[in-house]
Amino acid sequence: MPESLKEDGLGPSGDEFYNLLLELHTGLDEAESHALNARLVLLMANEIGDIERLKAVFEAAAKYR
Amino acid sequence: MPQYDYQPFDVITPPELGGEGKAKDTYPVAIIGAGPIGLAAAIDLATKGIPSVVLDDNNVVSIGSRAICWAKRTLEIFDRLGVGDRMLEKGVTWKTGRLFHGGSEVYNFDLLPEEGHKYPAFVNLQQYYVEQYLVERAREFPDLIDLRFKNKVIKHNDLGGHVVLLIQSPDGEYEIKAEYVLACDGAGSPTRARMELPFEGQSFEEHFLIADVEMEQSPFETETAERWFWFEPDFHPGQSALLHKQPDNIYRIDLQLGPETDPKTEATEEKVFPRIKAMVGDKPFKLDWMSVYKFRCAKLDRFVHNRVIFVGDSAHVVSPFGARGGNGGIQDVDNLCWKLAMVLNGEASDTLLETYNEERMHGSEENILNSSRATNFMTPKSPVEQLFRNEVLKLSKDLPFARKLINSGRLSTPCSLAGVGLQLDSADENSSMHAGKAVVDAPVTVNGQETWLVSILQGGLKLVGFGDVKLPEVDGVERIGIGCSAGQDYPVFADPNGLALKRYGEGAAYLLRPDGHVLAVFLEPKPEDIISALAPVFSEAKLKEVA
Repeated sequence: MPESLKEDGLGPSGDEFYNLLLELHTGLDEAESHALNARLVLLMANEIGDIERLKAVFEAAAKYR
Repeated sequence: MPQYDYQPFDVITPPELGGEGKAKDTYPVAIIGAGPIGLAAAIDLATKGIPSVVLDDNNVVSIGSRAICWAKRTLEIFDRLGVGDRMLEKGVTWKTGRLFHGGSEVYNFDLLPEEGHKYPAFVNLQQYYVEQYLVERAREFPDLIDLRFKNKVIKHNDLGGHVVLLIQSPDGEYEIKAEYVLACDGAGSPTRARMELPFEGQSFEEHFLIADVEMEQSPFETETAERWFWFEPDFHPGQSALLHKQPDNIYRIDLQLGPETDPKTEATEEKVFPRIKAMVGDKPFKLDWMSVYKFRCAKLDRFVHNRVIFVGDSAHVVSPFGARGGNGGIQDVDNLCWKLAMVLNGEASDTLLETYNEERMHGSEENILNSSRATNFMTPKSPVEQLFRNEVLKLSKDLPFARKLINSGRLSTPCSLAGVGLQLDSADENSSMHAGKAVVDAPVTVNGQETWLVSILQGGLKLVGFGDVKLPEVDGVERIGIGCSAGQDYPVFADPNGLALKRYGEGAAYLLRPDGHVLAVFLEPKPEDIISALAPVFSEAKLKEVA
């Protein structure tokens, strides 16, 4: 695990987050889900803000193909 | 043939139809259903001196193992009811859950990582044993518990001050009157159906196969019993699987079958045997019991309907992943029976029963939430849900946050009643032991004899001091000192390992409800504070008497 990634940022809210995410996608077709995911990435990137942390997240995500 | 020897219970002619014993004009409590919930309720009431008549349409214990995972909190309640030791002795103890994706392990969790508890995180024991032990325990109260098998309630009528029940027995039909009726008649509750009460929630389309197999050689690769859960295992592609050990070399296998399945075809040996063989390989096995099921998460809008009170599955149902059905029901019993006993004894007004409704509605909502979330993770309903799950499983190989998102069932933990019902005004959840929490165990000694907090702190209104805190005398409240100096005018227990003081805090005093939940915490307990904490529990008359 890259050192700059948080071990567990969600804490006790993990299950709630995951279920809210699925709810957000309920009823969308594939293209709509795809677009929603893109918007989520952009919004979350803005919330994180720090480019160094974003680079670490990108690197971690790209690793698992 | 199942290995368990099903012995039918004696069916006795009720006194109303000329049988032995004396018929009561009005029974304080009639319990519909002699499953784990109804039997536990009868025993709990009997320990408080309240007689009950238990009516069941059958005369044999549960066919099939059904509920097998009994959580620590349930075992602690069963300890109070007098069957905990027996369950611990016969049951298979476990505390580790292991998760696999495909052929490799991704994660494991320890549900009780610390020492110093009488009961383990979980004991696996077939429901038929639990019912047998409860029936045998109930028979130890012949003057208080009237067990009537093959006595089916076919009608009931709540007249406001009491309920009239029409009962069909092998000797004919008869009527009884009861002050309160506990509907412990299960997920398909006929009582609920007669009252036409809405029972709504989320239904899941997914089918599951549940099979008990008897095997000399363990299908686990370890001798220690654990809960194993697979996402997309090689032996059952694309689906999930669960494996548990039960006593008598019986293993519980749960296989997800998908939504497009014919349950009748699936519940045949031709279909089931190859599935089990794929899982256990060449190890010989015998099929003991199987069932193909779908499930839903649903509950009543209220559990208390004047003199008819719903307890267990009749009030709420959940998916089995998380062991929150039977364990939730036993927490209902624990919560209700002391309140009902106080109402029947005139120590509390019937408004106390409303706190059962509030507190256990809260508990069942928590169980339904956890169970629905687990089911959503386990059964992706769209390509995007499948995509998210696959990526969580992929990331979980080395990212801890992703491991925590994997949900194969969040296993039953004691429900905190903080901020609801009797604990409405006590919002301090900062300390580890606050109002609403269930008693936490620790080993203690008296005269060199070892015992446990769960064995001494439950069963009555108790004021318990940890360390040197002086406990004032209040009528109707039993006092107990833990790890304090001798010479008190109340029983004192030593804390040789220091675990009790560590878990409760030195110098703290706890006012405990009879179900072992904390009603209030004091640092300098004064009689007037204790009496004011008891005000929502007691009737006005009882409160005056105490003050």
